[in-house]
Amino acid sequence: MSELANKLGRCELALDRGDFKLRAEFDLPAQGITGLFGPSGSGKTTVLRCLAGLEPNVQGRVQIANAVWQDSATRVFVPAYRREVGYVFHGARLFSHLDVAGNIEYGRRRARRESDVSYEHICELLGIDALIRRKTSQLSRGEQQRVAIARALLRSPQLLLMDEPLSGLDSDSRREILPFLDRLRAALQIPILYVSHNIDETTHLSDHLIVMRQGRVTETGALEHLLSDAEIFGADASGVVLDAVVDGYDAGNQLSSVRFGGGTLLVPGKLANDNEAVRLRVLARDVSISLHTPPRTSILNQVEATVERISDRGGPHVQIELRAGTSRLVASVSRLSRTDLALREGQAVIAQIKGVAVKAWGTFS
Amino acid sequence: MLGEGGWFPGAGPLWLSIQLAGATTLILVIVGTPLAWWLSRTRGFWRTPVEAVVAMPIVLPPTVMGFYMLILLGPAGPLGKFWLSLSGDTLSFSFAGLVIASCVYSLPFVVQPLQNAFQAVGEDSLETAATLGARPIDAFFSVVVPQSMRGYLTAAVMGFAHTLGEFGVVLMVGGNIPGRTRVISIAIYDHVESLDYAKAHLLSAILLVFAFLALLFLYFVNRPRNHV
Repeated sequence: MSELANKLGRCELALDRGDFKLRAEFDLPAQGITGLFGPSGSGKTTVLRCLAGLEPNVQGRVQIANAVWQDSATRVFVPAYRREVGYVFHGARLFSHLDVAGNIEYGRRRARRESDVSYEHICELLGIDALIRRKTSQLSRGEQQRVAIARALLRSPQLLLMDEPLSGLDSDSRREILPFLDRLRAALQIPILYVSHNIDETTHLSDHLIVMRQGRVTETGALEHLLSDAEIFGADASGVVLDAVVDGYDAGNQLSSVRFGGGTLLVPGKLANDNEAVRLRVLARDVSISLHTPPRTSILNQVEATVERISDRGGPHVQIELRAGTSRLVASVSRLSRTDLALREGQAVIAQIKGVAVKAWGTFS
Repeated sequence: MLGEGGWFPGAGPLWLSIQLAGATTLILVIVGTPLAWWLSRTRGFWRTPVEAVVAMPIVLPPTVMGFYMLILLGPAGPLGKFWLSLSGDTLSFSFAGLVIASCVYSLPFVVQPLQNAFQAVGEDSLETAATLGARPIDAFFSVVVPQSMRGYLTAAVMGFAHTLGEFGVVLMVGGNIPGRTRVISIAIYDHVESLDYAKAHLLSAILLVFAFLALLFLYFVNRPRNHV
């Protein structure tokens, strides 16, 4: 991510706490959701806390937009309450002595400038109009988290930090909140740094990715470039994300057809209305390679592609990176198949994608 | 008895006790708040010694406390001398002296509930308030105080009830001056000494009922609640 075209700021953080050492340097994109991804204990939450000014012992430099929030060299440390940052904590952390309206007002009253987005708009986006007079103890976990997000946004921050807002929620509540996050991303300009150790959540929401391991940033970049890296996500989870547009729905066969950079795919179920955007995730292990178009097969999706790169990391499978039109795909094939098919870079092949493995992740614009 | 007028025998000492307890509680809640806050947050060396000093009145015999207070507040004592030069009046055997002595005597009953309440508020709420733009003093009044309301109620009731019932310290520091230092517990003692059991009964019953109601209220306020 050294060549970010549009960057919000840069962070250089160093913190020693017992056995744990944080040494994180990265640029923050000015738009979209940046996933901060890594295993538990890799320092993701600590990074958020450092950015928010909640870790007084951190050394380094934090610059967001034109403001220097911290610079150890010049002994600048802007206290948390003067940083224009919204923080959505792991638990919602609503104030129990205030009702929903009181919680939301708390940050809004203390905002340093008028919010770019109106109070009404944010309440509508997060669906909390109906909750506004409730006590916080009368809210479900999912509702509490939505209120916490609204509260953070109405502080009109320059950067929204979200620390695993969905973890600790049951799968119903997750499903309830994800569409709201999609709507936020589509409707608001505010950049979001989103901590998660959940790959589904990360790929669903993120545009950029910062990968952490043991207190260090190991990779940064656009999501679609990093996701194919089997080393980061493990062979089972590596794959690509395709942004596609719905072309139509065949009600008889219950198949949606979607257009992406490499052609058209058929995906089971009705994903969205025609011409709406969807994000698909195609796992490497669900893509197989054939040299010719198979005459008859149960696999619905066959895409013409070119082998771009073969990465052999010594396991029983090798990862084949493919280019299909303007999109990329990765396939995981066995060592034996690679030899049998004599795969080489630049070769034209047919990528077969098992229809069921194409994952659809809600809509966004 | 001199100056014992009012609606009923003993109304004078009762009213004086209420004034003393009220003034003491008010002062202690104001002074006890920063002290309890510091105790609830600091991890420094001085925390434990200060906690021990604050708790001393719980275990010390009131006569010992009263004795030292008398020396401190008397015309020859450091505080008494200063007060004398300032106001021309002695602190010992005066209402002001009683208030000072009561503040020391009831300190733990106000500081400890506040400290517990502040500790229960926790770092999370303060961090949340900070990320929402509240400076520390703002966060204290907008988050800590409202979330510590039960602690404040407990502190006020305990401080008030405990001051109302004090005897030994008052006797040592204030003596038995009607309308000035003759509080209800001293009046009861007097009535019993002079075998006036009817008056002793009346005043004792008032204190008994009050103590029961105060504790009933405290247990009601602090009873465990069902969380949704």
